[in-house]
Amino acid sequence: MDFHLIFESLGILADGVLLTLGLTLLSLAIGFTVSVPLGFVRASSNRVFSGTVLSYTYVFRGTPLLVQLFLVYYGLSQLEIVRNSIAWPLLREPFWCALLTFSLNSAAYTTELFCGAIQAVPRGIVEAAKALGLSPFMQKRLIIFPLAFRTVLPSYANEVIGMLKASSVASTITLLEITGRARQLVSETFAPYEVFFAAAVLYLLLTLIVTKLFQILEAHLGRSKSDKDSGATHVQVVASKAIGTGLDRNSGNARSKPLKSFIAKLGRSSNE
Amino acid sequence: MSGFFLQFLLGFKVTIVVSLASGLLGTAVGLIVATIKLSRFRLPSLIAQGYTTIVRGLPELLVILVIYFGGTAAITAVFGRYVEISPFAAGVVALTIVFGAYSAEIFRGAIASIPSGQSEAAASLGLSSWQAWLLVIVPQMMRVALPGFCNLWVSLLKDTSLISVVGLTDIMRVAFIGAGSMRAPLVFYLAASALYLLLTSLSLLSFRLLQQRLAIPGH
Repeated sequence: MDFHLIFESLGILADGVLLTLGLTLLSLAIGFTVSVPLGFVRASSNRVFSGTVLSYTYVFRGTPLLVQLFLVYYGLSQLEIVRNSIAWPLLREPFWCALLTFSLNSAAYTTELFCGAIQAVPRGIVEAAKALGLSPFMQKRLIIFPLAFRTVLPSYANEVIGMLKASSVASTITLLEITGRARQLVSETFAPYEVFFAAAVLYLLLTLIVTKLFQILEAHLGRSKSDKDSGATHVQVVASKAIGTGLDRNSGNARSKPLKSFIAKLGRSSNE
Repeated sequence: MSGFFLQFLLGFKVTIVVSLASGLLGTAVGLIVATIKLSRFRLPSLIAQGYTTIVRGLPELLVILVIYFGGTAAITAVFGRYVEISPFAAGVVALTIVFGAYSAEIFRGAIASIPSGQSEAAASLGLSSWQAWLLVIVPQMMRVALPGFCNLWVSLLKDTSLISVVGLTDIMRVAFIGAGSMRAPLVFYLAASALYLLLTSLSLLSFRLLQQRLAIPGH
């Protein structure tokens, strides 16, 4: 092993880190945005809607990312409609093809994660939100989503790391992210050990950073509540905010008293 | 197009063989590494920990490239002239390393979930530690490990497509060649997707049947 070469390739491969991170973060952001509504549809009791989303996630989770990428990059250009559409200048570029494929792929996985987490929200909490008169949208926004998000977080960390690693597939369609840059460098220097070692170091570093960030986020979100009463407290807090009565304030207000005791009861009963 | 039907069939076979080979070898590696991790030997368990942490932080494609190009460089150095390692061997070795690291984590968790009373009971019945492991711990552990193992197997099936990058003629490679020569990428990649989807669906189905078969009634 030539250490000088390792350091040199670390410097060159660092150029690719930006593209790796850009692809990963952008596709995760798009995938996340798409997957939240899809997760709710997938978890809904309507068979047709749920089944439609399932067929999307099933196909994208059941086929290799490489095939999906080639299908978008090489396959779409075969269609006349795509070539004549306004999206063609974008779909001609490998970067946007990779971004589109990774986003669709990540959305499929994240949708299933969210679906599981939404179904895992205790029914009593949803019923309590309903009983407090929250509209269906508000129930989802204030009660179900925040709770599901916390459930999803550990598995979502895995999805982020998975996407980071999967972005290496983009090197097959000429994109020069870390792996692409490494392959190029190997063919120039004929020193596979040093170059790939440097690439591995960069990937491990990125994985380590992601893991640490999620540990911090999890600790931050879990701090204010113990595991036991997180759900109930959450409904109480949201309910009191929605009705406009702080649990600690307005104690003299006669009108809010029955509501207050109801909210307090709510917390107690869901704790059991 | 009809000429490619046979090609696809051959690629299909290669994909299955590569998956089975690296799946079986990887399971063996995973079992050994999991046992080492749970053992009281400090240094080996530290090495095992390093192996799983590093491999699980690397892209599968990078591992395949390292084994393929690194292996070629190593063999060339040994023989003194340029020898190219076969993509099949490199792919199986690379995916065995990957599968071993992930399955070790699953097996470790599953073994740890078996109450220690089980191995104590086995010891009191006069079974050697080797027999206790094979006859008492592993069969019970399998039931716990099955769902995670199923997910892992499905990702392995999909990861085999990455070996086509170094030239293995599997489903993906056949589709790539066909798409280039027939100038019909859409059809060929859709056919490849269908074949992979068939494989993953069959796997999910058989694992579900296996899970039902192994389930303890009432549990």
